[in-house]
Amino acid sequence: MSQDGVNNSRRLLLLGSTAAVGAVGAGFVAVPFLASWNPSEKAKAAGAPAKVDISKLEPGAMLTAEWRGKPVYVVRRTQDVLGMLEGLEDRLKDPANGNKAQQPTYADNLQRSRKPEFLVLLGVCTHLGCAPKFYAEVKPEPFDADWKGGFFCPCHGSRFDMSGRVFSGSPAADNLIVPPYSFEGDNVLVIGIDEETA
Amino acid sequence: MSQQKHPIMGWIDDRLPVTVTYEKHMSKYYAPKNFNFWYFFGVLSMLMLVNQILTGIWLTMNFTPSADAAFASVEYIMRDVEWGWLLRYMHSTGATFFFIAIYLHMFRAVLYGSYQKPRELIWLFGMGIYLALMAEAFMGYVLPWGQMSYWGAQVIISLFGAIPVIGDDLTTWIRGDFLISGATLNRFFALHVIAVPLVIVALVVLHLLALHEVGSNNPDGVDIKKHKDENGVPLDGVPFHPFYTVHDMVGIVVFLMVFCSVMFFFPMGGGFMLEYANFEPANGLKTPEHIAPVWYFGAFYTILRAIPDKLLGVIAMGAAIAILFVLPWLDRSPVRSIRYKGLISKTLIPIFGVVFAILTWLGTQPSDGYFLGLINNTTLAQWLTAFYFGYFLLMPFYTRMEKTKPVPERVTGGH
Repeated sequence: MSQDGVNNSRRLLLLGSTAAVGAVGAGFVAVPFLASWNPSEKAKAAGAPAKVDISKLEPGAMLTAEWRGKPVYVVRRTQDVLGMLEGLEDRLKDPANGNKAQQPTYADNLQRSRKPEFLVLLGVCTHLGCAPKFYAEVKPEPFDADWKGGFFCPCHGSRFDMSGRVFSGSPAADNLIVPPYSFEGDNVLVIGIDEETA
Repeated sequence: MSQQKHPIMGWIDDRLPVTVTYEKHMSKYYAPKNFNFWYFFGVLSMLMLVNQILTGIWLTMNFTPSADAAFASVEYIMRDVEWGWLLRYMHSTGATFFFIAIYLHMFRAVLYGSYQKPRELIWLFGMGIYLALMAEAFMGYVLPWGQMSYWGAQVIISLFGAIPVIGDDLTTWIRGDFLISGATLNRFFALHVIAVPLVIVALVVLHLLALHEVGSNNPDGVDIKKHKDENGVPLDGVPFHPFYTVHDMVGIVVFLMVFCSVMFFFPMGGGFMLEYANFEPANGLKTPEHIAPVWYFGAFYTILRAIPDKLLGVIAMGAAIAILFVLPWLDRSPVRSIRYKGLISKTLIPIFGVVFAILTWLGTQPSDGYFLGLINNTTLAQWLTAFYFGYFLLMPFYTRMEKTKPVPERVTGGH
């Protein structure tokens, strides 16, 4: 084939425009592949609220409920425990709920709860997602000589106080999440619904 | 040695370059004659790759990738499928021995400067294989759906959550759900058995093509192509086949003896290869008391834990892997091999090997324990992490400054 009279700029234009249109097409084709990784409709629909009977929860004790497949800790705090929440400010990363995403507005208080007595927390460490363990007793622990009770994550050693606030020196940056919840009467806790239904 | 070609071979060669390819990569690929012990691990890695692909295909025949059935199907393979236990232990032990071979293969490259010019691309393809292999091993460990599968996946996927702004959406996208679920398991199965193995095999082909283009390095780090005979054959080279094929068979047999000893007598590797917590089905409400990665991720996990900040920890871990990619450009030494490098390199390279081993060990231990009863694990991890980065970041300076020894014209030792 003769190379005479080849219009190079025309070739370049055709090459460039074909490549550009092809790239746009490839971009569109990529959408179903990438979007198929998102949670399916079924997974999105699985967010039903969980009802928990808290009438048998002793003061000082904790129960673990399941909501959307994740553990939710419900702790019935004593007056002693509530009293100790104050005075920890210097040792905490975010003592005054500075990160508003970690709790609903009705839990944006010192106790981080609707009713001071009941603490409701998502049992998912804000570091890398392990389930922190409940260490209720006020006594020196291997991970903290001045332990006032709270949660300790066995995976990477993050520490949280009795309202789920993270201690300084933990790898976690944020306080434990308070999920949306409300009460039905005195004995039933509804996790996943914000409004008071009773 | 002029043999008459068989007419059938001639017919094929006119249509497909079989003989030419065979000669280029086997019978007329001249490898340096002074290869030592360290040069077994490339071929051993390939052996393990074949083992993983073969046993993996057979395991998929009985494995069920669903949250309800995965754990039980692994037990089914172990108890009810004929020889199923052997296929599974070949696969699980194979993972460990694959990493042993890969780590020693990589350390060989560090010892003899095999990543230096003109072999940078070989190193980059090799690092690509290593990265893909880590993804492959991680996703494979999720499949049995035990407690460690579940919580290991929880921690590793949460690492992506440390990325600012898009982190949370990205982890949901990777999981395919708002928590680790059957959707995650099923896609990891697809990636583990199809997508990542294809990438690994493709990278191995590129790794070998790049190697055969420039030729193998050797323990002296000298270029054997500088001295050739009248036929253009390197004087210090021997044909890969039959010399190294036969030679490698000895290594393969010894390696398989060790492999079989572990597979038959210690298939769990003392909890470092198959962790005890993984004999309990996945439970999303309860984290095991002590969660640790399988041994081959230990070093990077230690670096992650050493830093008491989520984002910085993830960055450090990523950087620890990323820095390996640029090794060819960090080493400014005029010589390749440790044999002719200066005192600083000669000292630091073995120490680096030991540091990496201790970092690996620490990754399997609780962070509040004590190393040999002497020093707090976290403190030690921080010092060793500093050494790890110091070793690489200072490399451009000390490799250039130190006084190297003259490199011989021809390879030393040999046979």
